[in-house]
Amino acid sequence: MEDKKYAIEIKDLRIRYRCLNKMSIKQSLFKLRKSKMEIFEAVRGVSFNVPKGEIMGIVGKNGSGKSTLLRAIAGIFAPDEGSIDLHGHTVSLLSIGVGFQKKLTGRENILLSGMLLGFSEEEIRERMPDIIEFSELGKFIDRPVRTYSSGMHSKLAFSITAILETEIMLVDEVLSVGDAKFKKKSFKKMKQLISDKDRTVVIVSHNGETLRKLCDTILWLHDGAIKMQGSTEEVLPLYEEFMS
Amino acid sequence: MKRFLADIKKYREYAIYSAKSGLKAEVADSHLSWLWWILDPLLFMLVYSFVAIIVFGKGEKYFAAFVFIGLSSWRFFSGTIKQSVRMVSKNSAIVSKIYMPKYVLIIIQMLINAFKMFISFSLVAGAMVLYLVPVSYRLLYIIPCMLVLFIVTFGFSCIALHFGVYVDDLSNLINVFLQLVFYLSGIFYSIETRVGNALGAGYVTLLLRCNPAALVIDSLRKCMLYNTEPDFAALGLWLVAGCIFSAIGIRLIYKNENSYVKIM
Repeated sequence: MEDKKYAIEIKDLRIRYRCLNKMSIKQSLFKLRKSKMEIFEAVRGVSFNVPKGEIMGIVGKNGSGKSTLLRAIAGIFAPDEGSIDLHGHTVSLLSIGVGFQKKLTGRENILLSGMLLGFSEEEIRERMPDIIEFSELGKFIDRPVRTYSSGMHSKLAFSITAILETEIMLVDEVLSVGDAKFKKKSFKKMKQLISDKDRTVVIVSHNGETLRKLCDTILWLHDGAIKMQGSTEEVLPLYEEFMS
Repeated sequence: MKRFLADIKKYREYAIYSAKSGLKAEVADSHLSWLWWILDPLLFMLVYSFVAIIVFGKGEKYFAAFVFIGLSSWRFFSGTIKQSVRMVSKNSAIVSKIYMPKYVLIIIQMLINAFKMFISFSLVAGAMVLYLVPVSYRLLYIIPCMLVLFIVTFGFSCIALHFGVYVDDLSNLINVFLQLVFYLSGIFYSIETRVGNALGAGYVTLLLRCNPAALVIDSLRKCMLYNTEPDFAALGLWLVAGCIFSAIGIRLIYKNENSYVKIM
């Protein structure tokens, strides 16, 4: 019974990047024997659990493995060691510049992203007006995404994930999207989404204020390992002191 | 295998919609582009007709239809394989943001290319009407030929996609190799008569049976233009081989796909 309460369970997770990137044919022919691969471990043996309905913030300086961790939870990276168990929950990763097909229009991209998140075409079409309205794109929704400004790009990305709700939401620095007005609006929407007791949220952010307002607990990553984990009041002041 | 079928079902809607909007985007980019789907094979047909008839002085019966069949099928086959090599890096925006089985990208590309192929096959139909080619029930043999073409292309493309991620200049090698296969596939000459006369019948069977593109093209011509039986034994063998290649490719992709993003 204990297990059921957790939405995300991570055990001894390790993720490595191989620094020897792509090889050319010549290289692979001549260096077949002595392929010395430089390996960089971005996440080193992290274990933690997130209870269902909890909002967890992840902090840490640049390059401490936050985004890598999120991508691993989203199923984009394979763990090199350890395990990630989501107990069958649907998951979506919300980050700046979500993957759009640049040639296609905003509307088509909404459908495609939605389908990849596991929604059916009817479900998406039903919520399409909400998404378009929330994104404030107006006429631009029927223009190719490559014509969008970066702000519009992220607004659309945020709207898709915000309206098409999944059980686990992973948020990567997205709260600083768009102009002041949209920021306020998305923050409000975020709060509303988060207040749903069934939704589990993991937020990566550098903004102490946002984290303080939204999160129940904080996970502090340092060089790929957990430095501290605890309630927001406990961890955040120490982290801010460390960074200043 | 089970996972493959489940994933196909899950991503079917996505693949079809993505292919549709991909085609639409191509049209939106330039007003002439859908015309190019027809103009392209038409103009290439003229080029090859020039080479074959004027330069070498040897044509074939129903030459325009003959070349169209070869070109349309070849472009599907080689186009999909070439695009697959760079598939993951081309779609890095999506691949690095959300999980999907990477062969879905190949299926999308195959749908797009198949659509274009069927458009240019309408040229074949047009040419057949102009030539007053007699047809029979053998036209139905197009279906098994296409099946072999699709499965073999899919298998090769999956394997190309996997290695394309790791080997940077694989696309150069593949391009040269495909160019060679292009000339060996008898797009604008008949392997049977040309190679047969020059080197002997043994080479004909060798070329036709070892090269799936040549085999499919030859079989299509046999059942559409010349009203004869295609080499069913060889087609069957390539069907089995295509399934094996696909299984290997899918297994490779499943095993490694989550490491692809780390390399880009």
